[in-house]
Amino acid sequence: MSRIQAPAAGRMNSIARNPVMVALFMTLAIAGCASKKNLPNSAGELGLNAATPGSQQDFTVNVGDRIFFDTDSTSIRADAQSTLDRQAQWLQKYPNYAITVEGHADERGTREYNLALGARRAAATRDYLASRGIPASRIKTISFGKEKPVAVCDDISCWSQNRRAVTVLGGAGM
Amino acid sequence: MTLNEWLKGFLIMLRRNFFRFLVALTGMVALMSAPAHALVELNINKGNVEPMPIAISDFLQGELGQKISDVVAADLKRSGLFAPIDRNAFIEKISNPDAAPRFEDWKVINAQALVTGRVTQEGDGRLKAEFRLWDTFAGQQMTGQQFFTQPENWRRVAHIIADAIYERITGEKGYFDTRIVYVAESGPKTARKRQLAIMDQDGANARAVTNSNDIVLTPRFSPNKQEITYMSFEGNEPRVYLLQLETGQREVVGNFPGMTFAPRFSPDGQRVIMSLQQDGNANIYTMDLRSRTTTRLTNTAAIDTSPSYSPDGSRIVFESDRGGRQQLYVMGADGSGQTRISFGDGSYSTPVWSPRGDLIAFTKQSGGKFSIGVMKTDGSGERILTTGFHNEGPTWAPNGRVLMFFRQNAGAGGPQLYSIDLTGYNEQLVPTQGFASDPAWSPLLE
Repeated sequence: MSRIQAPAAGRMNSIARNPVMVALFMTLAIAGCASKKNLPNSAGELGLNAATPGSQQDFTVNVGDRIFFDTDSTSIRADAQSTLDRQAQWLQKYPNYAITVEGHADERGTREYNLALGARRAAATRDYLASRGIPASRIKTISFGKEKPVAVCDDISCWSQNRRAVTVLGGAGM
Repeated sequence: MTLNEWLKGFLIMLRRNFFRFLVALTGMVALMSAPAHALVELNINKGNVEPMPIAISDFLQGELGQKISDVVAADLKRSGLFAPIDRNAFIEKISNPDAAPRFEDWKVINAQALVTGRVTQEGDGRLKAEFRLWDTFAGQQMTGQQFFTQPENWRRVAHIIADAIYERITGEKGYFDTRIVYVAESGPKTARKRQLAIMDQDGANARAVTNSNDIVLTPRFSPNKQEITYMSFEGNEPRVYLLQLETGQREVVGNFPGMTFAPRFSPDGQRVIMSLQQDGNANIYTMDLRSRTTTRLTNTAAIDTSPSYSPDGSRIVFESDRGGRQQLYVMGADGSGQTRISFGDGSYSTPVWSPRGDLIAFTKQSGGKFSIGVMKTDGSGERILTTGFHNEGPTWAPNGRVLMFFRQNAGAGGPQLYSIDLTGYNEQLVPTQGFASDPAWSPLLE
């Protein structure tokens, strides 16, 4: 059976041996990483503090609308807990908002599994907010799997930004 | 190498015996075919088979004849089993496709087989396409067939002829007269537009079948090719849909309380099997399309998804992370006897049962790489066909010889479709206009 794998290895080698391909590959890899964008998560990063209290901007900038997860994990990390605690406080202060929690996965998984993984993350986030006093009836969840990345490159600096749950005021839509 | 020797090699590669040499004659009069040559003496020490040199002469007459023979040649070449000979090397110019060719002229350029043909217009406007396949070293006609169709279907006729040649020489059904439904992707990664599209297996005749800004994913053909089941985020309610291709009519499949995804048809087309997400868990359900009754097949605190029926409909392979990470499981069609079959390093997902019933194709993640592989239905005999940064979502050609999947290279803007032989040889890019993912192969159209 070893012969079956031989051509694949041969192809890899022939690509590696081809300087044009290597150069192209490197260029693309660098370009890919250069274009990544890590969305700001706190007021400090943005340098903004002037959002109207109770506004969407206030929530996004001063509270933080998203939390991040470890690879293949749905547990709420310590840094995420403090973000969600702030979200819960804010939502209790402004009880008219319904929210949608969007669960997302990074691209290092298969499409269908990632849809379920994103749903699990959204559910874990909802459950945490509920445990902090936000009625589950105010919270809708949706998973976008790996279909809506915010950071685009081929390494962990982007993947870790994409493994996220985003709390959206009013409903899904981001 | 004579045609006989080539055939022996081919048989060895397939590791199967083929004594099915009945020529399927589509409709019309068949031109008599010579008896099949004896196929014995399998030399199992021989490795990969050399593509068989074959001469495909321009079909008479004119431009359409040439276009049809071009498509026939391209199909056979892409299969990796044939090497069409450059027409500039031809010595004999075929002027009467009904007469025997000068076999010496074809042997001297090492053509093991020769295809001749003719395309004419009937009085009622239909196209008549005829071809003959000749064994040049035996000096005999192997088969001959003719087809009638509307002129706009000329590519299909070419694919049907290529299938007939492939079947006559290899003993296996062809797969050229088929289509692919897939997700056509455009725009930047952070704002990707996705539409369902259908194209011929060679990438021709691509057309979109949805057009909205909703995310659409994972289309599959129904066994009768008239319907597609897929997943759409329409109205921010991710659900499984059914689309009638003829009418464009769409409907949500079932009345489920949460996200439904990963739909596929049962082999008889009567059911759609899919996952239902409830909180953190996904379980597998079926819905009978006539009675609308739904049946729950799995019930675990895990992600059970990507189900695929065996061709006889008696069993289902699916992926589950009930054991900690994604692995493949097989169960009866009623959900009974759920048994893990994958035990290799890494995680396994997107299993697809071969149309032949003997193998399961899958995506495997291991060591930061994504591979496409196959294993027997009990999980033994795993073989990896291709490995790289990201390969995902295999689909089988209807004859079970070729797989298609999507690949995203590191640094690439988006995924593209590739096909690969079951042996792991002959990997080919499948041309699409933009990025493409989630290919699903149709059954033969005829």
